[in-house]
Amino acid sequence: MHWTEYLPSLMQGAWVTVQLTLYSTLLGAAAAFVFGIGKLSRNWALRGVSIAYIEVFRGTSLLVQLFWLYFALPLAGNAIGIDLRLPPVLAGVLALGLNIGAYGAEVVRGAIQAVHSDQHEAARALNFTERQTLFRITIPQAIPEMMPSFGNLAVQNLKDTALVSLISLGDLTFRAEQIRNFTQESTTIYTMLLFMYFGMALVVTAIMRLLERFAGRWRVAGS
Amino acid sequence: MLFGFEWDLSNPLAFAISILPILLIGMWVTIQATVVGFFVALVLGLIFAILKSAPSRFIAWPARLVTEFIRDTPLLVQLFFLYYVLPEYGIVLPAFMTGALALGLQYSAYTSEVYRAGIEAVGRDQHEAARALNLPSARTFTHIVVPQAIPRIVPAMGNYLVSIMKDVPVLSVVTVLEMLNVAKIIGDRTFNYLIPLSMVGGLYLIMTLVASAGVRLLDRYLPKQGLPLK
Amino acid sequence: MTDPIIKFDKVVKRFGDLTVLDELDFEVQKGEKVSIIGPSGSGKSTVLRILMTLEQIDGGIVTVGGEPLWHESGPNGLQPASEAHLRKMRAQLGMVFQQFNLFPHMSVLRNITEAPVRVLGLSKVEARERGEELLELVGLADQADKYPHQLSGGQQQRVGIARALAMRPSILLFDEPTSALDPELVGEVLTVIGRLAEEHDLTMLLVTHEMRFAREISDRVCFFDKGQIREEGTPEALFTDPNEERTREFLKAVLD
Repeated sequence: MHWTEYLPSLMQGAWVTVQLTLYSTLLGAAAAFVFGIGKLSRNWALRGVSIAYIEVFRGTSLLVQLFWLYFALPLAGNAIGIDLRLPPVLAGVLALGLNIGAYGAEVVRGAIQAVHSDQHEAARALNFTERQTLFRITIPQAIPEMMPSFGNLAVQNLKDTALVSLISLGDLTFRAEQIRNFTQESTTIYTMLLFMYFGMALVVTAIMRLLERFAGRWRVAGS
Repeated sequence: MLFGFEWDLSNPLAFAISILPILLIGMWVTIQATVVGFFVALVLGLIFAILKSAPSRFIAWPARLVTEFIRDTPLLVQLFFLYYVLPEYGIVLPAFMTGALALGLQYSAYTSEVYRAGIEAVGRDQHEAARALNLPSARTFTHIVVPQAIPRIVPAMGNYLVSIMKDVPVLSVVTVLEMLNVAKIIGDRTFNYLIPLSMVGGLYLIMTLVASAGVRLLDRYLPKQGLPLK
Repeated sequence: MTDPIIKFDKVVKRFGDLTVLDELDFEVQKGEKVSIIGPSGSGKSTVLRILMTLEQIDGGIVTVGGEPLWHESGPNGLQPASEAHLRKMRAQLGMVFQQFNLFPHMSVLRNITEAPVRVLGLSKVEARERGEELLELVGLADQADKYPHQLSGGQQQRVGIARALAMRPSILLFDEPTSALDPELVGEVLTVIGRLAEEHDLTMLLVTHEMRFAREISDRVCFFDKGQIREEGTPEALFTDPNEERTREFLKAVLD
C-alpha cells in the first residue's frame, strides 16, 4: 500500500487527538488555577485539598491514573452503589486534564508568589480587598510569567494523549496501531505517526507563543 | 496465581496482603527500568549536548533538530517505533531493553538541555580567568567548568529520574512486567481492579516521595560554589 | 489646640531582636505638614508603614482621627483590629512609595481609576474625570494611555501621587518619594509635592532626605534617632539652631 492511503484514517485519529488535547488542556488550566490559588489560601481545608490533589497527581504515574479512572473507579462506584463507569473519552480527558493540572498548579502558585510584595503594599494602601488584590493585581501580573511553562505543559499534554489509545480510544496512535496490525508496515506507519505528532507539537507551541504575547502585551506596549 | 504467589480473595484486606509481594516484584522491574533508562538518558544526553554545541553548524543544527523532534513526540510512539521497526533491520532486543532505550532516548532530549544550561551557567569571567592563566582548554573544561557545573546539573537530573520512574508504566504495552502491568494482570484475572490499581498508586507515591527526598538531600550536600578541588 | 489627627502613644515596634520604635510618642495636627528626617534605620519609614497598616505594632496605641488604628473596642476593652476596621481606617490615608509601586499591567489612567472604581464604587466615567483632573494636576495629562515602564522615574512618581490622591485621603504619607530617582528628576516631583502642600488642607507626613525641601514646605520637622524623636520644631529652629548634639551631627553630615 502507498503511504498516502493511510492518511484518511490517520487524519481521523489526529482530529480526536486535537480534541483531546484541547479539552484536557482547558480542564488542566482550570484545575491549575483553582488548586494553585487554593494552595495559597488561608483556609486550611481548601489548602489541604489543593496540596493533596497536587501531590497525588504529581506523585503517581499518568498511566496509573488513567487506568484507575477507567478500570478501578467503576468498581469503587459499585461498592457504594453509584454508576461510575466512564466512557473512554471522559476517562481520557479527566486523567490528562487532572494530571497536567497538578503540574500547572505548581506553576500558578510559583508565579503568584513571585509577584513582588511592593504590589501587595500598593494594593493595601489603596484599600483593595484581598480578593480584588488577587484577581486584579497579582494574577494579571503572574500570568505572563506562567505562559512559558504552560507552553511546555501543553506540548507535554499533546504527547500524553497517545496513552489513551491504551483504553481503546480512537486517537492518532490507536489508528496507527490498527493499520500496523493490518498491514505490518511498521516503518512507514510509525514514521508518519512521529511526524504528525511533531507537526502538531509545532502548532501547539506556536499557539502558546501567541497567547504568551497576548497575555504580556502591556510589557511591550508601544515602547 | 502470578510469579508463584496465590491471591486470597476471601476479603479485601487479605487480597491486598496476598498481592503485595507480586506488586513488589513488579516494582523491582520498575526500579530497574528507571535506572537503566536514566543511565541511557545521561549518556545520550551528553552526546547530544556535545553535538549541539559543536562549532560546525552542520553538526549543531541537525543535533538540535533531532533533540527537538524527540522532545516533541510521544514516548509511547517512540517505544512502538523501536519495538517494531528495529527488528526489521535485524536488531532484536528484549522488550525490557527496548523499553529502557525508549525511555533514555525520550529523556536524552531533556538531559542534553540540562548539561548545556549547567555548562553555560559557568560564567564568561571564569573562562577569561582560565585563559589569562594560560590553562589549556581541555583542562579548563575538566577542572574549571565541570566542577562548577555539577551542582547545577545534579538536582535537575534528579527531577528527570523521578519523571522517568513515572513513565515506566508505558513499557507495559510491550509486555514489560513492571508494576502497573502486573496490577492490570491481577485485575484482569480477578475482576478486581480497584485494589491492585489503588495499591500501585500508593506505592508510586512512596517511590516518588523517597526519590524526591533523595534528590533534595543530594542537592543540600552539594557545594553550590562547585566541587572542591584540592 | 484641637485633638491631633494622628497620635502615637508609647508605640513599640520590633523586628526580631531589633527595636525599631521605642515607646514612641508623636502627634500630628489636622492639616499640618510634617517632615521626618534622620539617619537610615532610625525607624522613620516604619512610622508611615504602621499608619498605612503595612506593619503591625508590638505595643502602645496609634490613633487616627481620634480612633485607634490597630485596635477596636470589644466586650473586654480594646482588642486587635479586624480587617473590616482596618479597611475603614485605611480610607483616611494614602501613601506615596519610594519605588512608586505602580501596577505595571495597567495604563497610567487605569492605575489611578482602578481603586476609586473598585473600592469607592465610583462609576467609570466619574473615576475617569477624577483621574484626568489629577493627571492635569501632576502635569501628565498627555500620558494617560501609556504604561508605567514607558515613563521616566519622575513621571512614574507623579502618577503615584495622583493615584494616592484619587482616593481623597485626608492624610497623605510620602515615604522617601525621591530617593529612587536620578538627581535630575527629583525637582519635578518635589514641585508637585510642594504645590500640594501649599494649595491643599491635606495632612502631610513626609519622610525625606531632601533637607532644603523639608525646610521649605514643612510646618514642623522631626528628627528621628534610634526609634524616638530626638528633637522637633519649626524648620527654622531645627535647621539653624538645633538643641541636641545628635541633631547637629546629623545635619552637618547631610548638609555638607
